[in-house]
Amino acid sequence: MNRIKQLFQDKKDILSIYYTAGYPKLDDTVPILETLESAGADLVELGIPFSDPLADGPTIQKSGETALKNGMSLKVLFEQLADVRNKVKMPIILMGYINTVYRYGIEAFAKKCNEVGVDGVILPDLPFQEYLDEYKETFEKYGVSNIFLITPQTPDSRIKLIDENTNGFIYMVSSAAVTGAKKGLSDQQLAYFDRVNKLNLSNPALIGFGISDNESFKQTCKYADGAIIGSAFVKLLGNAKDIKGEVKSFIQEVKG
Amino acid sequence: MSSKYNVDKKGMYGRFGGAYIPEMLQPNIDNLKKVYLDIINSEKFQKEYVQLLKDYVGRPSPLYYAKRLSEKYGTNVYLKREDLNHTGAHKINNTLGQILLAKEMGKERIIAETGAGQHGVATATACALMGLKCVVYMGALDIERQAPNVARMKMLGAEVVAAQSGNQTLKDATNEALRDWICNPEDTFYIIGSVVGPDPYPDMVARFQSIISQEIKEQLKEKTGSEFPDYVVACVGGGSNASGSFYHFLDDEQVKLVAVEASGLGVDSGETAATIALGGVGIIHGSKTFLMQDDDGQIIEPYSISAGLDYPGIGPQHAHLKDTNRAIFIDATDQEALDCAIEITRLEGIIPAMESAHAFVALKKMAFKKEESVVITLSGRGDKDMSTYMDRFKL
Repeated sequence: MNRIKQLFQDKKDILSIYYTAGYPKLDDTVPILETLESAGADLVELGIPFSDPLADGPTIQKSGETALKNGMSLKVLFEQLADVRNKVKMPIILMGYINTVYRYGIEAFAKKCNEVGVDGVILPDLPFQEYLDEYKETFEKYGVSNIFLITPQTPDSRIKLIDENTNGFIYMVSSAAVTGAKKGLSDQQLAYFDRVNKLNLSNPALIGFGISDNESFKQTCKYADGAIIGSAFVKLLGNAKDIKGEVKSFIQEVKG
Repeated sequence: MSSKYNVDKKGMYGRFGGAYIPEMLQPNIDNLKKVYLDIINSEKFQKEYVQLLKDYVGRPSPLYYAKRLSEKYGTNVYLKREDLNHTGAHKINNTLGQILLAKEMGKERIIAETGAGQHGVATATACALMGLKCVVYMGALDIERQAPNVARMKMLGAEVVAAQSGNQTLKDATNEALRDWICNPEDTFYIIGSVVGPDPYPDMVARFQSIISQEIKEQLKEKTGSEFPDYVVACVGGGSNASGSFYHFLDDEQVKLVAVEASGLGVDSGETAATIALGGVGIIHGSKTFLMQDDDGQIIEPYSISAGLDYPGIGPQHAHLKDTNRAIFIDATDQEALDCAIEITRLEGIIPAMESAHAFVALKKMAFKKEESVVITLSGRGDKDMSTYMDRFKL
């Protein structure tokens, strides 16, 4: 059984953490991963920096700019992850924009993910239909899950189609926003979470965007299998004087 | 219009185009795709649009036989005078079309990106005309180098927001506009200014700009008896005036189509916007096309003296025209374009926009015969570029 499936079977209230690879320093990627695991994070989404991240707010944009200046790229990231499976056990997901992956080569990318032990990928600007028609087979061959986003505006029929054709989890974007934009849950959002829950999806779901602390984490966990924190964590990394210590206390605080 | 050079049912031009967008934009794009053709083709829309083009924009724009330029280059040069449109460029053809569409779709807030500021001004103008709220994203660097257009937008009631990321130019303004649309999917309509972006934008913008080639055909027939020139020449950044100039000639293969891209300080200088000359296939702003990128798939910051051509991608239709060899692509450096700008001004008494001046470099780089006819689209007037001209020509 793959690591993502195992995780959702074994645990509830999953805390997934997003951060940008190669940030704040180029070689911070794996040490942060180890700290996250020991602090109690359940899942990690490693951002592949891109020059034009159009779904990201200022915090993640800036972290990506810094990471690129530090020399991060897919090639470097895979080198850093070469022996990561001797260090951490939790599922690792890569998240990035499709152009960098195209350039690397879709099959080469999937193969490399498999080799280093990356369990899944989130490519928000990969059209779902193109994934089905051209790449699903390749990713499945290498045992790499593709995770797709849904939003409050996504119709039920499309949510079902995504659910039927993916394995891993469904990424529920909490509101119409770029990353890091909003806080707190509105009635509209609650209605959206209810709507999705009533669809009885076969995949678990994590809620992302706008979650930053214990309060918002606990609240969203009522409506899904867990939640994703991105911008708040990246902001912490940017300001941290003692990354290890601050990451630990952040994770423990969020999990409560 | 069915043509092997136009968009197919999947939103593709050959291997280019499509809609590479995050899920947050999917409902907006799906909805637009569903309604745009029905609305555009409706009698109500056409009546209002054609009337506005005539009475408000001042169309048809003249097709002018440039006698002295023709003598100099030993051929027959016709200028399609988009510079005489209201607001000073071809951009208004598109913004009026899209704003009528936005109104019909019940949208209340308009956003746009702009490089040189021409599209921003044309959008702000359309918003003032229709009484809609307008936010224009513009690179911080472009705000500096196109100050008169920034003032015009503000006077027209638009809010101008500076894009601070990247090189602070058109690419970055487009990113910011897309982010705004992600955050405001319900009430906002995004008026894209060029034939770029996710399907159906490239096709929609090309349709609104196709009035240019429609008029060229009619006007040339009246002047020469034939509706087919030997060449149609236009400058290309994203490629909207080129798309409009080529549109009704795409299937007339005897008409040679020439696109001139901006090579800045030179194709191999590292300071260039010559996408076709240097680009590889990739994804930018939601569509698959040629773009300038490094080995890791990071988009390379472009450079051109002309803010309107300072873009690292190109519309997917142009990528397809390159792939199929339907269009000839050449490039013009800053200096070559400047030389042409002063030459046209002194020979014809017309000060061209910096962008449009690039198109005229075709006269120097290509050989045209005495009996041939060459239509060059003069996409905009040079008022906005006077500070550049003052600086470069020591005026």
